Amino acid sequence: MENLKPVLEMVDVKKSYFGNQVLKGVSLKVMPGEIHALCGENGAGKSTLMNILFGMPVIHSTGGFEGEIRMNGEVIDIKTPRDAMKYGIGMVHQEFMLIPGFTIEENVKLNREPLKESILGKFLGEPMKNLNRDEIRKDTQAALDQLGMDMVPADKVAGLPVGYMQFVEIAREIDKRGVKLLVFDEPTAVLTEGEAERLLAAMRALADQGIAILFITHRLDEVMAATQHITIIRDGAFVKYLNTADTNVTEISALMVGREVEVIERAKHHEASNEIVMEIENLEVNMPGEMVKGVNLKVEKGEILGIGGLAGQGKIGIANGIMGLYSATGKVTFEGKEVALNNPKAAINAQIAFVSEDRRGVGLLLDESIAFNIAVPAMQNQGKFLKKYGPISLMDQAAITENANKYIEELDIRCTGPNQNVRRLSGGNQQKVCIAKALTSEPKIIFVSEPTRGIDIGAKRLVLDTLVKLNEEEGMTVVITSSELAELKSVCDRIAIVTEGKVVGVLPASESDAKFGLLMSGITEGMEG
Amino acid sequence: MEKAKKLIQDYGVSRFIVTCFAILLLVVAFLQGQDMNILFSDIINRFGMYAFFSLAMVPSIISGTLLNFGITLGILAGVLAGLISLELGMTGLTGIGFALALAIPFGVIVGFAYGLLLNKVKGSEMVVATYVGYAAVYIMCIGWMVLPFKNPAMVWAIGGEGLRTTITLDGYYDAILSGMWNFQIGGVTIQGGMIAIIALACFIVYLFTRSKMGIAMRAAGANPIYASAVGVNVNKQRIIGTILSTVLGALGIIIYAQAFGFYQLYTAPMNMSMYPVAAVLIGGATTRKIKISHVLLGTVLYQTIITVAVPVASILVPDGGLGDVVRIIVSNGIILYALAQAGGNK
Amino acid sequence: MFKNKKFNIKEFLSENAVPVVFLTLSIIFVYYSGTQPAIIMNDVVARFARNAFFVLSLLFPVLAGMGLNFGIVVGAMAAQIGIYTALALELSGLPAVLLATVVCIPFALLFGFLSGWLNNKTKGQEMLTSMFVGYFAHGVYMLLFLFIIGGIIPINVYELVLPSGVGARSSLDLTQIKGALDSIVKVDLFTFVFILAALSAVITVANTIKNKKLDVTKTVLTVALVVVGVAGNTLPALSMFKRVVKVPVVTYALIGILCAFISMFFKTKLGQDMRAVGMNMEIAEVSGINVNKTRITANMISVVLSAFGQIMFLQNLGTLSTYTAHQNVGMFAGAALLIGGASVTKATVPQALLGTFLFHLLFNVSPLAGQNIFGSALIGEYFRVFIVYGVIALAIVLHAAKKASGKK
Repeated sequence: MENLKPVLEMVDVKKSYFGNQVLKGVSLKVMPGEIHALCGENGAGKSTLMNILFGMPVIHSTGGFEGEIRMNGEVIDIKTPRDAMKYGIGMVHQEFMLIPGFTIEENVKLNREPLKESILGKFLGEPMKNLNRDEIRKDTQAALDQLGMDMVPADKVAGLPVGYMQFVEIAREIDKRGVKLLVFDEPTAVLTEGEAERLLAAMRALADQGIAILFITHRLDEVMAATQHITIIRDGAFVKYLNTADTNVTEISALMVGREVEVIERAKHHEASNEIVMEIENLEVNMPGEMVKGVNLKVEKGEILGIGGLAGQGKIGIANGIMGLYSATGKVTFEGKEVALNNPKAAINAQIAFVSEDRRGVGLLLDESIAFNIAVPAMQNQGKFLKKYGPISLMDQAAITENANKYIEELDIRCTGPNQNVRRLSGGNQQKVCIAKALTSEPKIIFVSEPTRGIDIGAKRLVLDTLVKLNEEEGMTVVITSSELAELKSVCDRIAIVTEGKVVGVLPASESDAKFGLLMSGITEGMEG
Repeated sequence: MEKAKKLIQDYGVSRFIVTCFAILLLVVAFLQGQDMNILFSDIINRFGMYAFFSLAMVPSIISGTLLNFGITLGILAGVLAGLISLELGMTGLTGIGFALALAIPFGVIVGFAYGLLLNKVKGSEMVVATYVGYAAVYIMCIGWMVLPFKNPAMVWAIGGEGLRTTITLDGYYDAILSGMWNFQIGGVTIQGGMIAIIALACFIVYLFTRSKMGIAMRAAGANPIYASAVGVNVNKQRIIGTILSTVLGALGIIIYAQAFGFYQLYTAPMNMSMYPVAAVLIGGATTRKIKISHVLLGTVLYQTIITVAVPVASILVPDGGLGDVVRIIVSNGIILYALAQAGGNK
Repeated sequence: MFKNKKFNIKEFLSENAVPVVFLTLSIIFVYYSGTQPAIIMNDVVARFARNAFFVLSLLFPVLAGMGLNFGIVVGAMAAQIGIYTALALELSGLPAVLLATVVCIPFALLFGFLSGWLNNKTKGQEMLTSMFVGYFAHGVYMLLFLFIIGGIIPINVYELVLPSGVGARSSLDLTQIKGALDSIVKVDLFTFVFILAALSAVITVANTIKNKKLDVTKTVLTVALVVVGVAGNTLPALSMFKRVVKVPVVTYALIGILCAFISMFFKTKLGQDMRAVGMNMEIAEVSGINVNKTRITANMISVVLSAFGQIMFLQNLGTLSTYTAHQNVGMFAGAALLIGGASVTKATVPQALLGTFLFHLLFNVSPLAGQNIFGSALIGEYFRVFIVYGVIALAIVLHAAKKASGKK
């Protein structure tokens, strides 16, 4: 194998977005006919690397990248997705790029249909040539056969099981002439176990035909089962190139998450206690992409609890479910009283506050002022900021402004004043407005989801400090959901890890990275939380 | 230069163009030696006729059901209430008071049903509203023919069937509001009563937008996900917004009719919704944002153009209705412009 | 994999509920109208001929995902410009129609391009946009015909302009081109059926040779047509039909050619692209299809076809109401397509043809049926317009509700 030239080499690739370096020199080498795993946490830089490989506009509109891409030893220049296709690089997307109303064959050949002469075409040229239905069918059948799939090309995609749709995607990629490298981005995330196994088998079959496969996945057992080599990246940097045969899951996960963390100084740590303030029993939340499938979790009074786990595993869904934003079943008890689910008002009235991970979509009214944004929930649910004039009560502009000024000062919101629209604020300041909004309702417990997503480093620190201060000075119970384990470890007392919609363990924040890594990969043997 | 550019941009380019056009028309009218007193009196009169309809756009835009092309439904409800007042032979302030009072429950019922419908078609409210409005006009056409009204002033004399196409308010409450408290300033008739009523209505709508419910509605319209996350029932707010808009439309047609002197039945309400829609857009509203000032300014500008364009055009081009053509081009152009703007924001 | 489908009445009814309801309604109305079916038939044959193009032209925007393109009124306006030009040049008969057609094409292409461009600016609101495009264009059209014609462009034909010399007359006599297409060949209903049978036979034989297998459906159809033709010529009960109903063969041939063109078109690359864009713009874009261009093309084809439609309409009618003839073209065509069982996103040629037939049947009989059922012809007239708007409103509500619930 070693004397063969690699199909793909990416050498010392660097990329910055607006001065923020997200790739700090990543190298990748994929041999022909091998299945190669690319592993890393969320935000490690995998998608940026793939965007570079596919010449996505987002890369080139932000100043391109540094480093080299070689195919079969030759340096190549990929400027557009079309270039990538030309060089024989194919991608199987996580979300399906299929038209449900079309048949399998129509999807496989979408915009690449073989044509034949027609009466209209003779007069009006290329676009009016007829589709060559026979050839479309033949090619599609061939691609499906290559995958070993027993599907009928003339069937509509709309009726297919999800797992089959994935294969239609793959069939489309391998039907593209001369595909040399196929990238699978989290292909098994939406599949059942049986379907996933069939997919892995198909991948092996393709690899045996000489196609190199780059496999991006969070499921380390699949990495162990299917791949020959592994590249691990972390925080935008290359960590290690491994022979799958010479490693194990524990090593991989430690390499993925291990990093130096600056622990935020905390005046006092929460003492483990038995005083449970909130109990979550068998919570199931139907949040697309973040399904919660039966979570049991106890929150202690006065602690900072972290909820971690990889993207798509359901950690985000927990707070959204409790707050009634997505339909949920199960039982949530807060301070001894059951909180009605599927009812945002009930949760807010129980003095539970929530800072959403989707600031701009859920958290804010972008075209309204800071003061207005902060005041609305408290006004709607607690009748604050209203002034009575006989039978009618109107909003009390003075009180709203005063409240906003208080938080602008306390949280150091950088703005031109309380009447500035929040759309123009930076991400960090928007996040502070969201926190101010939550605090104005004087909650007893606050759920904060992805508090530092899309915020620059300085603001990150401020936001986390604010949460710690709230906890220490006001004794507020804080639950932080975050994809960044390091961040959770820096501020939390305990961290619960959610994998496949369930809490697989709760560990003290001081526990080793390897243990967290294993939990995240869904391997729980020998560990009890 | 830069400063002027910025000023224009702050004012809104389309609004600026329309304002200039309106001023230009007035200047031309003056140069043509038209009787400006009559023109201004006319503008004020027409402003009074249409202001309620424009105001009806406020709750619908705020609650997120966008421009209410379905104001037609409110208009039909209002006409029905008005006809009942005539049938009962009520005249004067009692008559119009009764009509207005009856228009409210009619508007609430229609608005509620219509609100339920709009909640089912989120994202396509405007086109649904338009066609439901059209269909309703024709259902009511049949209604006007078969409803058992008996007042001889309303039904066709011998040989006819159903209600007359236009029903005069002469002897009932013709100009009862637009003739109230009128006074003259330099030959221009100022309709004191009408202006007072419109001011009152605007004030009430303004207060509403600052009430707890008004705020909830604003949140529901601006960002439904935000609103439901903070405990606001978005669907309920949209229904309330639709009801308010429909009721304002119902009241509006009665006020319109008393100023105009007639109730117009059958196909007359077909495209009534275009007037307020174009007016508020000219005034600076968008499909998502509106203020009372947009309503007032827009109605004034729009009615100025309509009122002044006709006599000005008839001197420029003696035959044919250039004024009407201008109205059609301006109002539909501005609606298309607003649609394109709204689409561009996505 | 597929089970043999058995014919299931319940399924058939639920899938074709709309046409079945309207067929039933039409039959009731025909009965109550108290008119000779043959006379109704003759009128419907004429109405069908002059409206089919409009309805068929809507297939393009529907399949390209733009819904019912009420903006086809701009095509009708282009046609009226063409006709007016022909009149101004004092042409008559077929040359006038041909010239009008030639003149209207560039206008229709331009209008189609512009309204398609606007549709692209307002994705998701195309039906609303196209409606206002129609209203807006009406204003511009009036400007042209009321002030520019005679005012800036001199017209020397006295009958075409207002007495003042500026502006077109509001009603123009088209006697010189009336029937330019229709009257070329006119046959009675059953002769026409024989022509169809002959056509069908040719296709059947061709298919059979090509596939080396007897095309059963087409054979049955051919035989059925022959039977109807023979029955019509022999049965006394049908003699009224033979005497009264006249079919303009050339016009129907043109409709037939358009149908063939459409079904060929959707087998081409461009047709496939259009369907892909109609089903999912994002995926089409990602696959490299130029979505905006495809949508504009669909719109332009639609507008050109509707322009042809308006020429066929006017040569049949024989008068041109200069300022109103175009106004309801989009609305009526949309309603007809829906009555044929189409939806805002899915439509076929047979649905368009069936819809045109049913719609105009209903339109014809409504006033008299209203007279006899309710004692008022006016009620019947209001009712038929209500049907137009009601069926469009219903279709849009159903479509919008589906779209809204899909988003959640």
